[in-house]
Amino acid sequence: MTDRRNLFNKVWDLHSVRSLASGQTQLFIGLHLIHEVTSPQAFSILRDRNLTVMFPERTLATVDHIVPTDNQLRPFADGLAEEMMSAIEKNCRDFGVRLFDLKDIRQGVVHIVGPEQGLTQPGMTIACGDSHTSTHGAFGSIAFGIGTSQVADVLATQTLALSRPKVRRIEVTGKLRPGVFAKDVILHIIRKLGVQGGVGYAYEYAGEVFDRMTIEERMTVCNMSIEGGARCGYVNPDQTTVDYIKGRPFAPQGADFDRAAAWWLSLASPADAEFDDRVTFNGSEIEPTVTWGINPAQSVGVSERLPKLSTLTADDQKGTGDAFAYMGLNEDQLIQGVKIDVAFIGSCTNGRISDLREAAAIAKGRKVAAGVKALVVPGSQLVRQQAMAEGLDKIFEAAGFEWREAGCSMCLAMNPDKLKGREVCASSSNRNFKGRQGSPTGRTLLMSPAMVAAAAINGCVSDVRSML
Amino acid sequence: MQGSFPAENRKNFAMQLITQVTGTGIPLLLDDIDTDRIIPARFLRCVTFDGLGEHSFEDDRQQDHSHPFDDARFNGAAVLVAGRNFGCGSSREHAPQALIRWGIKTVIGESFAEIFFGNCTTLGVPCVCASRSDLEKLTAAINADPKISISVDLNALQAKAGSLTVPISIPDGARLALTTGKWDFLGQLLEGADAVQAAAKTLPYMTGFKA
Repeated sequence: MTDRRNLFNKVWDLHSVRSLASGQTQLFIGLHLIHEVTSPQAFSILRDRNLTVMFPERTLATVDHIVPTDNQLRPFADGLAEEMMSAIEKNCRDFGVRLFDLKDIRQGVVHIVGPEQGLTQPGMTIACGDSHTSTHGAFGSIAFGIGTSQVADVLATQTLALSRPKVRRIEVTGKLRPGVFAKDVILHIIRKLGVQGGVGYAYEYAGEVFDRMTIEERMTVCNMSIEGGARCGYVNPDQTTVDYIKGRPFAPQGADFDRAAAWWLSLASPADAEFDDRVTFNGSEIEPTVTWGINPAQSVGVSERLPKLSTLTADDQKGTGDAFAYMGLNEDQLIQGVKIDVAFIGSCTNGRISDLREAAAIAKGRKVAAGVKALVVPGSQLVRQQAMAEGLDKIFEAAGFEWREAGCSMCLAMNPDKLKGREVCASSSNRNFKGRQGSPTGRTLLMSPAMVAAAAINGCVSDVRSML
Repeated sequence: MQGSFPAENRKNFAMQLITQVTGTGIPLLLDDIDTDRIIPARFLRCVTFDGLGEHSFEDDRQQDHSHPFDDARFNGAAVLVAGRNFGCGSSREHAPQALIRWGIKTVIGESFAEIFFGNCTTLGVPCVCASRSDLEKLTAAINADPKISISVDLNALQAKAGSLTVPISIPDGARLALTTGKWDFLGQLLEGADAVQAAAKTLPYMTGFKA
């Protein structure tokens, strides 16, 4: 009998240690990533219970959320941030966990560091106390976010207690049009399936559009799976995946690599694989997409108008009306032309070298509009170094963007980079929740890095296709 | 309110059986309430969960002075009535930790985001689902009498408020874990340590892809 299991179920089965009394699976976790925000209380649990880390070499720590991107001299001006930095340093020392700290060129946003170093590999289970862990699914791994108690579970046992989700295959056919990026693909998917459409599912992304995507583009899509309610999303490994990993510091070498590659490719869902659900989108119909509301499904194509309340159900009218009121936008208005105050390029969604290249291509030879504060924050020190080797920093600075150090920055604003008051931010990040970017009344418009650059130049939401 | 939450029992592995949670209610029947709203990110600059309770919904409360978490009628409530997709967004366990420290012991909602649901379960806080119309009835009952006692029964799978009884649901795994006192998974996972070591040896990447 042929094996019709999809990749998710194959990898899940390989990592199942045993069934628990509750019916859940004790699942082995191949790679555990930790950072300064969600780990200190987990180490406290270990200390309280006199436990050690079971496989210290399977956990990697870095610092990203609270790191200032302007002045990184220690001690930090923010005493609370400094305390968290000291805590992760001590915890990693005490428990024998490898830490890429600020002095290490390999430091950066945790979901950029893992892939960059070759730690993220197909067929692994990957967990991290951060919901955007789904990013790593781009390699054909099962990767998902966990809470702090579960961080303690992984540290102490290298396993988690989990229920197996269903798997939905999302196929995007055809070809993306110029000016349409991976970010637009995932914003479009979330718009169509909703912010809770993926609850209970893992998403398998497939089809011609994904076959053609680079690994970095796949990461952008998988990253935002959680914004559609799916705890994890993945793309089947292919030659693009194998080529990306080859030669990276933590990748297998020589004959080991060849055996690894063969195993990785063998895990891909077969052509006749079984799924719990299937959805298809036509990639050529996707426009550059911009959010207008307070959740990532509240978006439109850049040439569209905002929804009319009368076309919505009573429940949706309330949510949409609240979102319009918060955002200061009106029904049936165009999104194009909405004024911005801040432009942010960066984050685990769009802080990789290809994102910076796409934004720089728009910024080159142009100037940021008067009154707009524009920031470029590379996702890792190595991304920053690469961008500078290519002269991207000079392009951005000449255009009037600030060129910063690596970190999460204004995606979640746990560091000094924050919106003020009701500022409107064109942002390449992943969440437009109320208050997300650090001001309780701040407003976020999510879009691709190229669209952020276009908005920065024009001072308002613009169609990047006219600037390519 | 502080001091009695089940997570304090974590030091020893003997977990209480959670079959029924009873207390007064607080209504927050809104959809897509994300964890940034439950506890804004700036309050995550901490190395313990202490003191988070008072910052629950801090920014929403600042902008809406009639927010239920600021309404004295609901002081001491243990049963939160929520809407659809409650707890979406960030995986921060600070969100349930803040609610627990405010006094919440169970959430009845239309649906829950997965990571939030899992975090609550492992802290001994049942998240149970009810229909929208039943959530509206519960909300009306609480507003009519904020001191009405609400009980959530995980065996009978119903919630009661006075003469009102509504059916609730919760996935079997979480229900069994809570009702049999196995909701803190760390103890059980540790019991499988030998099996974990054996499983690790079967994974190609754990042995360096050696021939």
